[in-house]
Amino acid sequence: MSSDNRPFVTDDSQVLTDTRDARMTGEDNRFNSKLREAFGSSPFILTKFDKFMNWVRGSSMFMLQFGIACCSIEMMHTYAVKHDLDRFGAGVPRASPRQADVIIVPGTIVSKFAPRMKRVYDQMPEPKFVIGMGSCTISGGPFQEGYNVVKGAEEVIPVDIHVPGCPPRPEALVYGVAKLQERIANGESSPVTVKPYELEQFGDLDRDEIVDQLAREIDEEDLVMRYNWADSP
Amino acid sequence: MSLEEPEPDVPAPVEEQSPDELAELLGDHVIGREEHLNAPGYVIRPDAVQDVLSTLKEEAGYDHLSCVTAQEYEDRYESIYHLKKFDDPTQEVSVVVPADRENPVSESAEPVFRTADWHEREAYDLVGIDYDDHPDLRRILLPESWQGHPLAEDYDQDRPQIVPLRENANPLQEDHRGEDDTDTMFLNIGPHHPATHGVLHLKTTLDGEQVADVESDIGYLHRCEEQICQNGTYRHQIMPYPDRWDYISAGLLNEWAYARAAEDMADIEVPEYAQVIRTMGAELCRIAAHMLAVGTFALDVYGDFTAIFMYAIRDREKAQNILEDLTGQRLMFNYFRLGGVVWDLPEPREEFFEKTRDFLEDLPEALEEYHDLISGNEILQMRTIDTGVLPPEVAKSYGATGPVARGSGIDYDLRRDDPYGYYDELDWDVVTEDGCDNYSRLLVRLREVEESAKIIEQCIDLLEDWPEEDRTIQANVPRTLKPDDDTEIYRAVEGAKGELGIYMRSDGTDKPARFKIRSPCFSNLQTLPEMAEGEYVPDLVAALGSLDIVLGEVDR
Repeated sequence: MSSDNRPFVTDDSQVLTDTRDARMTGEDNRFNSKLREAFGSSPFILTKFDKFMNWVRGSSMFMLQFGIACCSIEMMHTYAVKHDLDRFGAGVPRASPRQADVIIVPGTIVSKFAPRMKRVYDQMPEPKFVIGMGSCTISGGPFQEGYNVVKGAEEVIPVDIHVPGCPPRPEALVYGVAKLQERIANGESSPVTVKPYELEQFGDLDRDEIVDQLAREIDEEDLVMRYNWADSP
Repeated sequence: MSLEEPEPDVPAPVEEQSPDELAELLGDHVIGREEHLNAPGYVIRPDAVQDVLSTLKEEAGYDHLSCVTAQEYEDRYESIYHLKKFDDPTQEVSVVVPADRENPVSESAEPVFRTADWHEREAYDLVGIDYDDHPDLRRILLPESWQGHPLAEDYDQDRPQIVPLRENANPLQEDHRGEDDTDTMFLNIGPHHPATHGVLHLKTTLDGEQVADVESDIGYLHRCEEQICQNGTYRHQIMPYPDRWDYISAGLLNEWAYARAAEDMADIEVPEYAQVIRTMGAELCRIAAHMLAVGTFALDVYGDFTAIFMYAIRDREKAQNILEDLTGQRLMFNYFRLGGVVWDLPEPREEFFEKTRDFLEDLPEALEEYHDLISGNEILQMRTIDTGVLPPEVAKSYGATGPVARGSGIDYDLRRDDPYGYYDELDWDVVTEDGCDNYSRLLVRLREVEESAKIIEQCIDLLEDWPEEDRTIQANVPRTLKPDDDTEIYRAVEGAKGELGIYMRSDGTDKPARFKIRSPCFSNLQTLPEMAEGEYVPDLVAALGSLDIVLGEVDR
């Protein structure tokens, strides 16, 4: 045991000076970063709060773990080893929509699934962003002729970035995500609801023959989605 | 469960009945005879379906209802029951049941074969045939509120449709109590849920923590594959679609299903060299598909997105790289053509062979790692041994095939039992396990990877020494294929998930009049309630993972 029982007290004036000197003279590289190079040794950054928030949003995106069809396999590869989307600050898949702010729509959307996808999208907190992955989310892709296939994700939810391909390679998806991040950082993302989707109260639909027929079976207060195949693009 | 090799036993030849013997056996239920390319067809009275099928099952040994095809003719509706034997799938018979044009009703086969339940519901949904006696005849793929039957002749595709979004029942709001006041709770799993491997909806009723009842609600990825194939020409327009049925990299296996059916229908002989390339490519796909199955199964059991899943993806990437060199695509290969493959091995060939050999060389070590991490792990063993039990008799009555059947000790593999390609020239074994549980199904997949590697290795040896002047990759196939009018064929191959079959009927044009896909996952998924009822919720998830379904193939 040491003879002096003095509690350990740091000479803080000395420490601060040493640390600051080390930073400024570059002797100790631990504190130096790209940011510091950009902003100089001063720890102050002057920026607009909006701009800062946009930068933060773009740099830390929580993706929704959302698999639909073939593209989700390539999406898994994008998250996993080799392509590792996490390198770009966008690789934390969240199982719950309430924790996610980006939804990648990876696959064909069919009539039965579209209302469910809308529901999942609605559950995400704002601001939220959508990446449409693959041809099916653009136009229905190879299944466009199908009697049951919704002709693109934009029939249901607004889409920020379309990544074409069938399926797009992981590199393409990474590029799409990077582009989205760039747009978000520049404050350019699309407003939350850009396209009126045809989700409405049952009672608001035109009373045609089908609605009349279904009115007996379906609750009038029920949310319904109406697909007009002939007028779809 | 056993880790040692099963005894090599030579199966006794299965007794085969001649078509006339069968006709005699069925007696006056038969009102006509047809000849399908794969099997004799018997037209029977629509009210004698159960009699005929149970006679065939009990007395003639046709214990595998492979597929039910429904179709509409100008003057009648028709359901075809494709029957096979688990012991010898080359013995086939088609039972054709006509139904009236105005009032299409025929007897349900569900009491004889449990698998008919979903198959008949699909026939009702898409074509519009009513099945008498069916326990639960309602739509399966399309939403309940759908108007019309889309594969029927008079369906108007431009007609608007309305699909309701019912609020999923909230388990906190009210208890769904049973009649006798047991404390059951209703739980929705899916359609968007990480453990359902896509868009599957499980309506689960829980009694405490145990599953009292589970009902799969499918159709969230029904992409009208059959309609699209019926609109495409045989020669080129159909081949891209099989890649997208089972999209877990099993592309070439699926393409082979179509190639085999169409080649047999149009009588095309595939050059041997092309068959070897096909065999090699298909087995590479099988490795990639099983890797994902193993990785996601571990993910389901451990909830672990780190080591095992990443290891599996790492090995898939290697297989996908080789396939990309071969076909030019990572996932949707579109590599087979009727009569061969689209192009030869990539140049320089030595490099390709070397790359593939490197992959095979690393594989035993990787598999060792998987056994360390997964199958040798006590936690996983506790979770999977004796859970999700599927006895062989139940598996057969549901028409389960592939690793699911082989994990229940059913020695059924079309690569060996109904040989195609180059499989019968090569030296490999069919893997079976007798445990009937989740663990056996996992082991079957891991060991099938080894067998696939054996096959690929032999194919590479063959390809390396193949004489230069004999490298024919495609047979001479006419530009437009028009098989004879009213030719019918049902042909199956062993996909990654099991028996993947295609039924085609030609009407003399260059497009099929009816194109029906028999998907292994569709039948395998039906066994889920048998496996899960009475088990805990996590075991339900493990059982679902061990089935290795892919929704693109379940819904088509």
